Amino acid sequence: MVGPLVQSALDPHSPQGERLRDLIWIFTAVCGVVWLAVMIALAIAVWRRRASAAPEPSALERAAELRLTIIVGALVGMTAVTVLALTGLSYATQKRVLGRPLAAGMALLVTGHQWWWEVEYKDDEPARTFTTANEIHVPVGVPVTIRLRADDVIHSFWVPSLMGKEDLIPGRENSIRFTAARAGIYRGQCAEFCGAQHAHMALLVVAQEKPDFDAWRDGQIRSADDPNEPERQKGLAAFLAKPCVMCHAVRGTSAAARVGPDLTHVGSRMTLAAGTLPLSRGTLAAWLADPQGVKPGSQMPFVQLDPDELNAISAYLEGLK
Amino acid sequence: MPLAIAPLVAGCEREDRQYRADPPLLDARGAGRQYTLGERYLNNAYHLSQGKRLYASFNCRGCHFDGGGGIGPALMENRWIYGGTIADIVATIREGRPNGMPSFRGKITDEQIWEIAAYVLSMSGNVSSAAAPNRDDHMQGRPAENRQPTPPPPGDEAPKLLSP
Ligand code: HEC
Ligand code: HEC
Ligand SMILES: [Cu+2]
Repeated sequence: MVGPLVQSALDPHSPQGERLRDLIWIFTAVCGVVWLAVMIALAIAVWRRRASAAPEPSALERAAELRLTIIVGALVGMTAVTVLALTGLSYATQKRVLGRPLAAGMALLVTGHQWWWEVEYKDDEPARTFTTANEIHVPVGVPVTIRLRADDVIHSFWVPSLMGKEDLIPGRENSIRFTAARAGIYRGQCAEFCGAQHAHMALLVVAQEKPDFDAWRDGQIRSADDPNEPERQKGLAAFLAKPCVMCHAVRGTSAAARVGPDLTHVGSRMTLAAGTLPLSRGTLAAWLADPQGVKPGSQMPFVQLDPDELNAISAYLEGLK
Repeated sequence: MPLAIAPLVAGCEREDRQYRADPPLLDARGAGRQYTLGERYLNNAYHLSQGKRLYASFNCRGCHFDGGGGIGPALMENRWIYGGTIADIVATIREGRPNGMPSFRGKITDEQIWEIAAYVLSMSGNVSSAAAPNRDDHMQGRPAENRQPTPPPPGDEAPKLLSP
């Protein structure tokens, strides 16, 4: 359904991700060498057990004592240098990856909710700002700064192939930056336990060539088209008459609430309910019929619909491309 | 030993998270046999905290503020124009009231109306304090719901301890 998904910190597709991958490998290599050295020393110590018990255990041998002091001192020194070097390296990488905000490029605002992501595209021109959910599109090669907020509890934003983790904390704003190097679909996941459906709080980052991205953005800026087919018209009417409008927005209709995801172009998304299901008319109907069965604990309540309403609303939503 | 187990058993009811109301429950509410159902909501921490979340989401605050009242009356004083049982509050929210309380019939699901009603009662100390929400992360203009003193029994016109 969604094409090959990339989700691995060891398979980076951005300069920031590459630096983090290098850091991971340097740490693994250095720690591996240290581990090996310790194991070898241990093996030697076990193998070279004392040949015979010393006649007088408490007797001091000045020369041996001095030699051991020097060896232990040198090893402590080497350990300290290694730890300091790794700490410094980690700090330097973090500074380069997370450092000063990018002046140029694109700015997004992502708000974490239990258990979905609200995404706002900012623009100097107010008419070009819009809100979507769970799927972020970015142009390849353009630096992107994402401001991160949380609505309820702490979440963590993590798209392993593009960047490190950054927490979303209620009452505070953090930010993270990345530049997608290649077109592709990168999967991300909330990385801080945030309640019952933490595991179903995924998102997709779709990196596209600039013309494709511009086309996508122009599509998202538009309000929802009025439906032409009778079934979808019935769906719109049912949607507007039901509790849906207390929580959801469909731009171009009277539904304008922001408690749940913006549905203006929900049919254009690849997944449903933050990566829980692939999006199709069938899964939309399944979701509306039993949200608490699909994603138990989700903040989307079960709304009683008769079968005709259910079908009509699913058709309406699926057509919101 | 039984003494040690008792609070644990009581705790189960507090903690139970029912995401989907059972169909018989939905029917019972519809048929007006609702008076015995209140306990399910009043003693349950999950329903109360959902109610608190929805009270903010559906903008009850816009008119009642954090219980202190504004355009709408205060909800934390345990003085009710239209009755203070959970069924009364449910009716107020679902059907609306003549002097400016809008009706949420068909706008909020029944399950959520019950959760909100239970939360409204927690603002005046009318729910189990073991299950009521505790303090917010941000500044709050009144004590947390679980620290609200239990009101005197109905009919007793003792002076109010808290003013808005
Ligand atoms: C009380 C608020 C509330 C009501 C009422 C509500 N929803 Fe939702 N809805 C949500 C929330 C919150 C989510 C996000 C759930 C998640 O992913 O965990 C959601 C998710 C969805 C999604 C998936 C969106 C996406 O981007 O994946 C669709 C579609 C949807 N709702 C349609 C409806 C329809 C149709 C109705 C009316 C029958 C409705 N909702 C009623 C809160 C609500
Ligand atoms: C537009 C403003 C407005 C909104 C929004 C509103 N209320 Fe009210 N509410 C009022 C007014 C005004 C009254 C008094 C009605 C009367 O006296 O007839 C009232 C009365 C009430 C009462 C009855 C109080 C009593 O003493 O019996 C309750 C309970 C209540 N509201 C709860 C809520 C809840 C819960 C919500 C959110 C779902 C809400 N209200 C949203 C304006 C509002
Ligand atoms: Cu999480």
